[in-house]
Parts: sequence; C-alpha cells; structure tokens
Amino acid sequence: MRRLTWFNATSLTLGFAFLYIPMLILIIFSFNASKLVMVWAGFSTRWYGELLQNEAFLSAAWTTLKVAVASSTIATVLGTMAAYVLIRGGRFWGRTLFSGMIYAPLVMPEVITGLSLLLLFIGIGLDRGVLTIVLAHTTFSMCFVSVVVSSRLVSFDRSLEEAALDLGSTPFEAFRLVTLPIIAPAVISGWLLAFTLSLDDLVIASFTSGPSATTLPIKIFSSIRLGVSPEINALSTILILIVTIGVLTASLVSKRSSLKMQADERAAVRN
Amino acid sequence: MAQTVFEPWNDPDQEPLIQFRNVTKRFGDFTAIDNLSLDIFEREFFALLGPSGCGKTTMMRMLAGFEGVSEGAIYLSGKDIAPVPPNKRAVNMMFQSYALFPHLSVWDNIAFGLKRDRLPKKAIGDRVSEMLQLTRLEKFAHRKPHQISGGQRQRVALARSLAKAPKLLLLDEPLGALDKKLRQDTQFELMDIQEKTGTTFVIVTHDQEEAMTVASRVAVMDEGRLIQVDTPAQIYESPNSLYVADFIGDVNIIEGHAKKSGDGYDITFAEGQPVLHAKTSRDLGSAGKCYLAIRPEKVTVSAEKPEGRTNLVKGTILDIAYLGNLSTYHVKLASGQIIKAQTANTRRIARRDLTWEDEVWLSWTETAAVVLEV
Repeated sequence: MRRLTWFNATSLTLGFAFLYIPMLILIIFSFNASKLVMVWAGFSTRWYGELLQNEAFLSAAWTTLKVAVASSTIATVLGTMAAYVLIRGGRFWGRTLFSGMIYAPLVMPEVITGLSLLLLFIGIGLDRGVLTIVLAHTTFSMCFVSVVVSSRLVSFDRSLEEAALDLGSTPFEAFRLVTLPIIAPAVISGWLLAFTLSLDDLVIASFTSGPSATTLPIKIFSSIRLGVSPEINALSTILILIVTIGVLTASLVSKRSSLKMQADERAAVRN
Repeated sequence: MAQTVFEPWNDPDQEPLIQFRNVTKRFGDFTAIDNLSLDIFEREFFALLGPSGCGKTTMMRMLAGFEGVSEGAIYLSGKDIAPVPPNKRAVNMMFQSYALFPHLSVWDNIAFGLKRDRLPKKAIGDRVSEMLQLTRLEKFAHRKPHQISGGQRQRVALARSLAKAPKLLLLDEPLGALDKKLRQDTQFELMDIQEKTGTTFVIVTHDQEEAMTVASRVAVMDEGRLIQVDTPAQIYESPNSLYVADFIGDVNIIEGHAKKSGDGYDITFAEGQPVLHAKTSRDLGSAGKCYLAIRPEKVTVSAEKPEGRTNLVKGTILDIAYLGNLSTYHVKLASGQIIKAQTANTRRIARRDLTWEDEVWLSWTETAAVVLEV
C-alpha cells in the first residue's frame, strides 16, 4: 500500500472537513441537554424522546414516506416505459422531440415546475393534499428514472430480446422475462433516486401541498422560521443515520456481487 | 451396400424447404439484397459465405423474421412467411453473441423456448436432459452463463436453439468467438449434431474453410447477390467467376487471349511465352479475352524439363514459403508474371534441392486450369 504524500493528505482532510463538519455539528448538538441550540450543556437524549411525542412531526414524516413510496413507484413504471419506447421504439415520428422533452424537466427550475403544477391543480379543481404531492413528485422524478434506465438500455445487447422472440415469447413476455430482470438494477436505482428526490423535495411540495397534508421538509422548514429547536437536530440525525445505512448497504451488496462475478469468471476460465 | 448420395438440389421432384423468390431488401437507399432467388432443401447444411456487408446476415435475419422483405417473397414449406412474426416461426436462430440469458441457468436457458409453448413439466425436463446430453453439458446444467467457458456457452446456445426441434436452424457466425483448435473440433461436432437431429441448418460465415468443412452446399455472395451456389468441391474446382475463384482459396490468375481449339481453348498470355491449353466445356463466345485460374497445388515444379506436358513455362524462384506440411514456391516468369506452385512435404527428411534464384520448370495438365470469362 502506498503512503499518502503530505499534499494528498491535506487535500483529503480539507475536502472531507468541508463536506462533513456541518453534519457533525448537527449530530453533536442533537445530543445537547440545553434548550438553547448553540449552548452546550452536557450530553442527553432528551430531544429524541420529545421528538417521538411530537404528533405533528410524526404525521409529517409518515406523509412524506407515503408520498415518496407512491410517487417513486409510479415514476419508475412510467419512466421505464418511456425509456424503453425511446430506446427500442425505432425511429418513429417525433422521437427526437419526445426524447428532448423527457429530459427538459431535469433542467427546469423547480419553482416553475411547482407553479405550473399548482395552476393545473387549481384549474382542474383538484384539492391540494397527498394526491397532488404524489402527482407532482411523479412528474418531476420520472424523467430521472427514465435517464437512469435508458442509459442501461443503450448498452443492453438487443440480441437477447431477439433470442427471446425467436424462442417463441410474445414481445411482452420477452420484456418481462428477459429485459426486465436484466435491467432490474437500473430500475431499482431509478426507484431509489426518485424516492430520495421525493423525500427531500421542499420547493415543489410547498406549491402542491395543502392544509391537509404536510411533508417533513415543509414541516422542518416552517418550524425553523420560528427558531431552530433541538428536536429538529435530533430528527435530522435520525435521517442522516437512515441514509448512511442505506448507502453502506447498497455499496456492500454491489461490491460483493461484483467480487462473486469475478470469482465465477475466473473459475469458468480454469475449467 | 451402395449409399444414395445426398443431392436433393439435383432432384426435380424434391420440394425445397425454403424458397427465396426474387427477394429484394433495401435499407433506405442501400440495397442489401438484390433480386435474389434461392432454394434450400430439407436436411441440408447450407452455408452463406461472403465478405462483411455482402448481405448474408440480412438473409438470415429475414428468415428469422427480424427483417421484412422489400420485394419478392420467402416461402417456408411452401407458405409465405412474411405475415408470420418471429415468435410464431418454426425457425430458431443461434446468435453470434450467443445471446444467452445471463440471469438464467444453463437448464433454464435451454428450457426457455419449451416453456413458452406451455409444454407439461415432464416433457420440458425430458427434452432439456436430451439436449444437455446431445451437447455434453449435463455437468453444467445449474451453472449461470458467466460460470462456464466460451466453448460451453457456444454449446448452450446450440442446445437452446435446437430444443424446440425447429424445421430450420439458423447459425450466425456460430464459431467466430472460439479459438482455432476449438473451432475445428466444434465444426465436426456441429456436423455430427446436424446429422443426428436431421434439422436443416443454414450457417452464415465469412470463414471459407468453415463453410467448406461443414456445408453440403455453399452460396458465395457479394453485394447482395448470389455469385455461385454449389457443393464445396464444385465451388473450389469449378468456380464460375473470377470473384469466386479468388475468394475461395489460393489461386493464380493469368490474363490472356483465348482461341477455340479442339475441346478447349488455346491461350496466349505474353510475348515469348508458350501457348497454354485448357480443356473446358464452357463457351466464351467471340470475345477473346479471358482469365485462366490455376490452383497452386496443381502446378508441378521441377528442376529438369519434364517431357510431354501440355502446359510448360520456365521461371526463377523468387520466394519459398515453408509452411510445414506444404511449401509454396513463388516463381517469376521471364514475362514478369508470378506463379505460385505448391508441393506437399510428404517425407520428413527429404532433399529440398530447389532454392532461391534457381531456374525451374512449371507444368500442369490441360484440365488443371479453369477458363473464366472477363
């Protein structure tokens, strides 16, 4: 193993300090006994207890979770379908236009997306609530799913689908039995991407949410305007923990499966 | 016991399995297949041979149903297959990349087509076992494609495409990914399996040796047209054109003027060189210009002037290529042509007394060369 030079070590330290010091401070202060956010008064888990008593936060968290699961699932189905048609549909009329249009929401300012959705919901007389947030999140996250899935489809060996057809599958069976299992990792990462986008979205949710439904980011944001409370630190720490566990698990799983793949291939060559 | 020779193409009563009738295929402005007609018979091992871009793969994809026909029609057992989608055709294909399903085991790959036919479990199991046995893959049934070697993958692909007992099996460069030694073994394995199953095989290849080895008939293609369709021996010994003579194997081409004489032609090819004579039943018409194609192994090299040979020319050795089993001499004639002559090294220890710059005599019989039109 090569040792780091002093220059590399310094850059590494500075880079990581820049990224993680804010979060570290937040985690430390979530265990603060004092009600004053920035005054350290000893270690305590008091705010975690208070958080669990706070109905408003808990119901916002529950709403956020429901919205994220629903919208990312719908977005994954729609985004995968869109990607499949754009990559596999051949050169149908308007293909370039459609593929441009599917990527446009990626670069569209969220304020504009939110505003236009708000106008639409008012226009068709839809009461704002969980349903409208789900619709709005589906709209903007399906293009992310579509980008992820289509990049996988581009490198997908088309003869696999042809082989399935050749062996007697209908086009739908070929998709369900061959294409989908093979692109599943991309579909799953598209779902995860849509899920996290929905979890932390503040702008679009604040346009499309109503009094009946508040998501966690909106709740956090509005309570911060009344002053930062240690409860929010505790909540954020929990969120950071969940995300960390998720990321670590995902990378461990993919690392192990790629190691297994390499070992298998070496064994096949030896035989 | 006299065996009947397998030559359905010479039997006017035989109904061809596949008929291409004036088939044309265009991709935009590009004509991939140009007004092509061809019959392929049951139990044949038919090879489509040609350089890349000659349209051989397009023909195969039209048979499989992945490409439509621009003009003309293709008949399978007398029925036009244009309206039949690929999944309803009694035609299976073995892909160049093998296209094995990476998420399924060898067993499930082979069973894939059978399951689509909704066969009972027992029948599927029996058929898969039969296929595993045929391709000697029993030990690997539960491995995934990435856990087996390239040669084994090739056999899985073959087993999978044969499992449904298709009327016609298409093989797209089936041995392209294998190394030379394995390829030769697999060629004989393919022929063996074809004979056992009695399936009609159509193979696409750019490797002429492969086509000659496995096929009952070979179609040499160029630019979307069939140049010659014949048995490997006929293609090699009686090419119908310069293109075929040149494409298959090594050949000396001599350009000259032909004059009808007896049952063949007298050919003058250069000032000061003797007149050559070649027997042929082909009629060149009035045009005097022609090509004479002679395979190097049919040219005899000798240090002394041989007696009584019809075609005899003198030259000096320019180069000797020793290939182990054969030696090829490049001999330059006084008029500038270079003629290749090949001799088999049948003895391990022999005097090879011919060397560079030696004057030698080249001779061949009057039936050794093929007269071709310009």
